[in-house]
Amino acid sequence: MTDSALPMTVADSATRAPRKLVLDEKRVRSRYAAERRFRAYGIAAIAFGLFFLAWLFITLILQGYGSLQQSKMRLDVTLDAATLAPGGQVDENALRAADYTALLRTALRTTLGVGSDRGERREAYALLSNGADNELRSRVLADPSLIGKTVSVWVSAAADVDTLIKGQISRDLPENQRRLNNRQIAWTDKLVADGRLEKRFNTALFVNGASSDPEQAGMGVAIIGSLYMMLVVLLTALPVGVAAAVYLEEFAQRNRWTDLIEVNINNLAAVPSIVFGLLGLAIFLNFFGMPRSAPVVGGLVLALMTLPVVIIATRASIKAVPPSIREAALGVGASKMQVITHHVVPLALPGILTGTIIGMARALGETAPLLLIGMVAFVVAAPATPFDPATALPVQIYMWAGAPERAFVERTSAAILILLVFLIIMNAAAVVLRRRFERRW
Amino acid sequence: MNTIAMKPVSVTNDVMPSNRSPKVVSRGVKVFYGEKEALHGVDLDIHEREVTALIGPSGCGKSTFLRCMNRMNDVVEGCRIEGKIAIDGDDIYDKRIDVVQLRARVGMVFQKPNPFPKSIYENVAYGPRIHGIAQGKEELDEIVETSLNRAGLWNEVKDRLDKPGTGLSGGQQQRLCIARAIAVSPEVILMDEPCSALDPIATAKIEELIDELRENFTIVIVTHSMQQAARVSQRTAFFHLGDLVEVGDTSQIFTNPKEERTQAYITGRFG
Amino acid sequence: MPAEHLVKRFDDELEKLDASISEMGGLAESQLAMALAALRERNSETAERVMKADNRVDELDRAVQNQVIRLLALRQPMANDLRLIVTSIKIASALERIADYAKNVAKRSLQIQTLTTPPLALNGVDRLGRLVQGLLKDVLDALSSKDDARARAVWKRDADIDDVYHSLVRELLTYMMEDARTISACTQLMFMAKNIERIGDHATNIAELLLFRWTGEEVVEERPRGTS
Repeated sequence: MTDSALPMTVADSATRAPRKLVLDEKRVRSRYAAERRFRAYGIAAIAFGLFFLAWLFITLILQGYGSLQQSKMRLDVTLDAATLAPGGQVDENALRAADYTALLRTALRTTLGVGSDRGERREAYALLSNGADNELRSRVLADPSLIGKTVSVWVSAAADVDTLIKGQISRDLPENQRRLNNRQIAWTDKLVADGRLEKRFNTALFVNGASSDPEQAGMGVAIIGSLYMMLVVLLTALPVGVAAAVYLEEFAQRNRWTDLIEVNINNLAAVPSIVFGLLGLAIFLNFFGMPRSAPVVGGLVLALMTLPVVIIATRASIKAVPPSIREAALGVGASKMQVITHHVVPLALPGILTGTIIGMARALGETAPLLLIGMVAFVVAAPATPFDPATALPVQIYMWAGAPERAFVERTSAAILILLVFLIIMNAAAVVLRRRFERRW
Repeated sequence: MNTIAMKPVSVTNDVMPSNRSPKVVSRGVKVFYGEKEALHGVDLDIHEREVTALIGPSGCGKSTFLRCMNRMNDVVEGCRIEGKIAIDGDDIYDKRIDVVQLRARVGMVFQKPNPFPKSIYENVAYGPRIHGIAQGKEELDEIVETSLNRAGLWNEVKDRLDKPGTGLSGGQQQRLCIARAIAVSPEVILMDEPCSALDPIATAKIEELIDELRENFTIVIVTHSMQQAARVSQRTAFFHLGDLVEVGDTSQIFTNPKEERTQAYITGRFG
Repeated sequence: MPAEHLVKRFDDELEKLDASISEMGGLAESQLAMALAALRERNSETAERVMKADNRVDELDRAVQNQVIRLLALRQPMANDLRLIVTSIKIASALERIADYAKNVAKRSLQIQTLTTPPLALNGVDRLGRLVQGLLKDVLDALSSKDDARARAVWKRDADIDDVYHSLVRELLTYMMEDARTISACTQLMFMAKNIERIGDHATNIAELLLFRWTGEEVVEERPRGTS
């Protein structure tokens, strides 16, 4: 250490006047102002993002909350034994096949006081939902003892009535531009005044499958389809991904081949999802001949898409386990397998779970690959197994968004909200699981 | 004739060292990291039930040699070992040797205390469990208690065996690691600078523990502190730049070493 | 291997220790020389100076002891450093005793000034004194030049000193038997001779300590004794 290496100010500081600590220097002030500005930029950026997020949610909620209610009308239906149980026998097949529409229409005519004029009758029947007979059918099948009685049932009104009641169409338009004419509107108002027409909770939205009648359309099939797909993704991508990552990280030698594999996995995570759809089409549908539109196929395609994400997350988590833990386990005489299964993977679990759930959340919202494998079908009945046809939530949203009826607008917003709620739940689950499994080392 | 008959100073010691039989015998041990030769042919005998200290400046190869004795160098990529290391006559680098069994016979304590992120009980019970040493829960409990007792930790933790091991102080954690190592009843315990991360009181407790342990175990300790080597060991080996320069009784090494390099290192003339 | 410690201050402290010992050695030499001169020339002033100067030697002995304790506590010396430091205490002790004996010789030389002294007796003591002076000088030279051959030579010469001492004692006895008036003076001279012989012994001790300091081994042989 020679003195020439020391800065001159060290020698001078003994003779120089002591530096002031009071903040009246211009440089200090401008530095503080710069820091304040920087903080303000950050807050502005966050506010910008939050603003758009809030706009999205508010718009969706305002547009969609109406779909939670469906206009239904109360009719006193005579469950005519002759129609439902001919010959005095209560036969399930006969009950299923019976003409409930006729019963409902009879009740409607009575309520509205409609005569025999065909035109008038047609207009009156238009107030009733096309699927109202299903609602009555399920009621009777559930309780056959009602046959022969006159019961008061709430059945769905037609979508046009519904939109009128919700004020979504204007009454001021000239008659020939409206879907309901003046007489129909007068009937509607009368039913409302009599307390026979009101908005009730729309269970159909959550339970039913696809339907061309908006009042009967529901996300039930889509929700179940998405759930089956997520299940398939979880059961496929998680074990395969973790096993692949463990092998690559712990056992594989570091050579050109493994480097190549690593590069490819990283790239696969960024491949557009529609490519996976093409892959699924070629392999699962064409080569293996699996059923079209089945959640199994959709799940497998999405699993392929999620696999790189799981592998990358697992590798990162395994790398983060400190080598001191491995050494400690090896020092006590654990074999390589025991080190991995008893120590490394449990400590890497929070990261693995987080990566998996985030990958699954992304898969939940993917539409493009599902379109290619045909999950865009019009499925009415809920799938009993993952091999039965179904749709997925994002696909359902896509289909409703393209439908012409006015009533589908609010239902589309509702479906988007449901999808967002699922995504939020999954991310929250990721956070909770991570906290639970986190262990300090 | 200008010579006078002289003899080396005799030092009384309560335990006479090195008339014990050699437990670990190393001959011509060389270690290569890739192309670089880190240890150039070490011949060293470790005697049973005494403490042998390995001293030397940084990078001299003492830790490398230590880790050869339980084959921890096997997990380092590109590490190659030549020569022979025999424990009780069996060459531990023989192809038929099961490394897992070897590491149960030769335990290790590391520089930074590294208890598993599990409970204190589980930390100590893990080794016996995976080696199938205990025949049932009672026997396992007994092993845990004995090991913690031997490590001087039982009284401090007996009421909180289910609390995480990482919640203890540094000195306690290191004693827990020692308990974990002795729970599998090894014959040799290797210690790689076990006190370098601890305060002086914790260090003194561990040194006392080492002194008690040497009645039952053969101990090899790598240390940067010559005072610690002088306090704790009966034999000392000095390494420098990958060579074993000198090995001998601790009192002789520190009062009258034979090699000039040894003397220069221990008196602080280089390092 | 480098001769200096990595911590330079340690070397400085060892140098200081060396300097203290050197000063003590120089003082011991000059004390002995002056005491013998006082005896030869019957010079009371010189004798008084010797007695006063002994305080400085005691002071240095205490200083060396404190330095050694401090070095042991703060530097944890090992091997050759440890031997150097520990032997320093004993060497200082030996030098302090040498200076003390020199002081005794000076004190007694004052006392025989008034007594009837056979001149040959005085010469005998003086001759013994010169021999021991030579021994002391040689061992102090060996100390400063780290010459172990010289130290060994000193160790062996103690036998010669013993011989001269014993013949001197016999000589003084004859003088006392011949002339009773010289008994007081000769007794004093005998004590002085004994003191000078002890100085020689201590010088030999220093030589042994130096050999231990440099080799780490202790002397096995019996110290050669002169024939009695």
